[in-house]
Amino acid sequence: MSIDADTIRHLSEVSVSVELQTEDMTLNIGPQHPSTHGVLRLVARVDGERAFDVQPVIGYMHRGYEKLAEVRTYPQITTIVNRIDWVAGYANEIPFITAAEKIMELEVPPRAQYIRLILTEMARICSHLVFMASYPLELGAASPLFFALRERERVLDLLEGVTGGRFHPNFNRIGGVKPAYGSGSMTRKWVQDLPAGFYRDTRAAMDRVLEVCDELDNLVAGNEIILARTKGVGVIPVDVAASYGLSGPNLRASGVPFDLRKMEHYLPYDELDWNVVTGTNGDCYDRWWCRLQEIRESAKMIQQAIDQVPEGPIQAKVPKVIKVPKGETYVRAENPKGEMGYYLVTDGGNGPYRVKIRSASFSNLSILPWALEGALIPDIIAIMGSLDFVLGDVDR
Amino acid sequence: MELLTDLMSNFWIALVLKLLVVALIIPLIGMVIGFAEMKLSAKMQARVGPYFAGGRWGWAQLIADGVKFFQKEDLIPRDADRPVFKVAPIVVMAGTVALFVVIPWGPGVIFRDLDIGIFYALAISSLTTVGVLMAGWASGNKYSLIGGLRAAGQLIAYELPLVFSAVAVVIMAGTMSMQGIVEAQVSAGYPFVLLQLVGFVVFMIAALAELSRIPFDLPIAESELVMGYLTEYSGFRFLFFFLAEFANMFSMSAIAVTLFLGGWHLPGIPADVLEFAGPLILIGKSFLLVFAMIWFRWTFPRVRQDQLQSLAWKWLIPISLANVILTGVFKVVL
Amino acid sequence: MSSRTVPGSGLWKGMWVLLYTMVRTIFKPKKYLATVNYPKVKETPVARARGVIALDQEACTVCMLCARNCPDWCIYIEGHKEEIPPDKPGGRIKVRNKLDRFDIDYALCMYCGICVEVCPFDALFWSPEYEYSEAQMGDMMHDMDKLQDWLATVPDQPELEK
Repeated sequence: MSIDADTIRHLSEVSVSVELQTEDMTLNIGPQHPSTHGVLRLVARVDGERAFDVQPVIGYMHRGYEKLAEVRTYPQITTIVNRIDWVAGYANEIPFITAAEKIMELEVPPRAQYIRLILTEMARICSHLVFMASYPLELGAASPLFFALRERERVLDLLEGVTGGRFHPNFNRIGGVKPAYGSGSMTRKWVQDLPAGFYRDTRAAMDRVLEVCDELDNLVAGNEIILARTKGVGVIPVDVAASYGLSGPNLRASGVPFDLRKMEHYLPYDELDWNVVTGTNGDCYDRWWCRLQEIRESAKMIQQAIDQVPEGPIQAKVPKVIKVPKGETYVRAENPKGEMGYYLVTDGGNGPYRVKIRSASFSNLSILPWALEGALIPDIIAIMGSLDFVLGDVDR
Repeated sequence: MELLTDLMSNFWIALVLKLLVVALIIPLIGMVIGFAEMKLSAKMQARVGPYFAGGRWGWAQLIADGVKFFQKEDLIPRDADRPVFKVAPIVVMAGTVALFVVIPWGPGVIFRDLDIGIFYALAISSLTTVGVLMAGWASGNKYSLIGGLRAAGQLIAYELPLVFSAVAVVIMAGTMSMQGIVEAQVSAGYPFVLLQLVGFVVFMIAALAELSRIPFDLPIAESELVMGYLTEYSGFRFLFFFLAEFANMFSMSAIAVTLFLGGWHLPGIPADVLEFAGPLILIGKSFLLVFAMIWFRWTFPRVRQDQLQSLAWKWLIPISLANVILTGVFKVVL
Repeated sequence: MSSRTVPGSGLWKGMWVLLYTMVRTIFKPKKYLATVNYPKVKETPVARARGVIALDQEACTVCMLCARNCPDWCIYIEGHKEEIPPDKPGGRIKVRNKLDRFDIDYALCMYCGICVEVCPFDALFWSPEYEYSEAQMGDMMHDMDKLQDWLATVPDQPELEK
């Protein structure tokens, strides 16, 4: 007699429940739930507080950006890639624009590169501060939310001062950052360079960011309840993390110094003095701690970068209507959430032939069934929150 | 004053008056504490807090909220156990109201000075949890069910340390009457917290769990269970739970004040002033404890169910038991 | 990472942060308050903020570049050719485009600013004005007169970082 998998499962269930006949309950967590970061749905089989067979169901937020990109021109696409990972909209533009520039073999002026770097790191700080705000909230502590978001507002103000947009800056153009507006009399249209007082305000804001990191350290890091809830919870070993394609702080928390900013030279990160933050245990606490340290590193990076911003143009010489020659390339960059890559295929037209978006959250989320197997319901939330994904980044 | 005494001598008039006081005082206290929680938490987080309703400081915010709740539709889910669903908020409110019976507001100012006052108070405070369990079961919602069962588990775990730490005070006072306990502290000349610090801490932790406030708000646990047993409630039924929570915060604090902090008595205040100042002193002391509860709530995260249980069974219950034994030994020896 | 400390000290540290925040917010609200009473107090947005698009009708030549470059096609333009009689007898008859309709549907607009960028005749501008919410979605369609009114709110060119 052949024993199939269903029989084995059936037998094992009988053997463990001889004393008390219990019935499992299927619990739908989401798509509308306070802590699924949007419209993620988890289908879990729960036995009391313990959950088994947790399956994420995604796609509630699919907006078809890869397809939309095929019928849009290059400047229009930066508008929609802003909306992929909306807590760090600026950082999404960089790999896409770099990919197009790579096919065009275009040299970006150093000043534009530095402006890109500063704004990307600001986007990273914003994104990590949102995590700093939301993660304790998911564990039940409400106050760190306001401490983190207060500083994020300042950083967003700076982003807005330069780009004009808080969440969706749409500031990168092929060949540099947003240029002086077209032709014409230029009577009232502004040249889009850094506004006056930007350096001063940025220095002050970064000091405040470092200060609020200490405050968050006091509020959260030493808190015994937080430690009890996060230390040793949701441990992801290096090999598992790598096999699921985790990237960004989630992978670094497991102890792998994998940081594309050091490996891919898409922005002048080599000219700055900074460290890749790695954790040791790969648990929820380490993921939290890595992000806090990355905020500090980014703030220091910005402080160095604003001293080094070179003079010069912010835009390379490009034709008015941009046509990218035929070619294909894959460019990846270190987004706040992890590795974000664009596989860009062009056919010489106004817009790309095909864009494949590799978003970090999608891969990070794929580990959920493994990480949540046998977890308690509160730990489901703790582990899910610590992976820090954005549903717009998952479904695209 | 004479008129009042005359009126109070008639049983029925006295009953109606007392009912009126209860009907007024519980929503009032609920609203004051609710407003304090909103405003204080705002200040702790460098926010403005409610400011629009009523003009200055937004003092009418809670009244506006109450009006809003009454305007809402009274939704009952299709799968709900309708009678139980409807009764649950009333049971919770009844537990809250009944607790106010034995709070000694001042010398002689008490609704009913029962001989077994503290026993009654601890017993009746569990009624709230029964209402919570009813709400969780009757909602026909899985989150509510988990929330209700968590509340039941919490009640069983934390009732014991609550009772044990009160028992130590009862041993010291030699009476279970609430007025008796206060008078014992008056005659002893010091509040019992000086000798019962451990008991006080255990009592407050257990009271927090009993009230299901953060860090023990597992039955509600917004980020895990949506709103726990409250998920399906709306309108004035939700308002009942809401007011009961804040009124319960006050009554539990008042009991803690009575047991450990000398109740309505404050050293150095003459007896005739205490007649009038007693309630104010009690309210003042209780509000200090309420502030601490608000403060905890906005600082701490939530513990996990297993951590909650191990805290109760492994730490609080042994500690409070040892406290009872020690207190008994000292009482006999001294 | 934190070393071994007294149990409960972490809890106390967190409580202390909240306590001093509360005290300083109560006593020095002007300095430490992070939020404002919105309808009574308003924060001024930065000059570059993309609030609303203003239209200079005189400058517009109905070239349709903005409508064509809009990523979600929320600009509706109609126009006709108009003959301008010559200044002096015998002169040439000038033909110019006259704007009939210029609507921006702000319910659809993504505030990307591409239209402002591509306009070759300086007819479109960003204004940081943001208070134009409507109860009905249809009312978010701003016609050319309304867009012209926004022109008064366009700020002057700000200083640039040296």
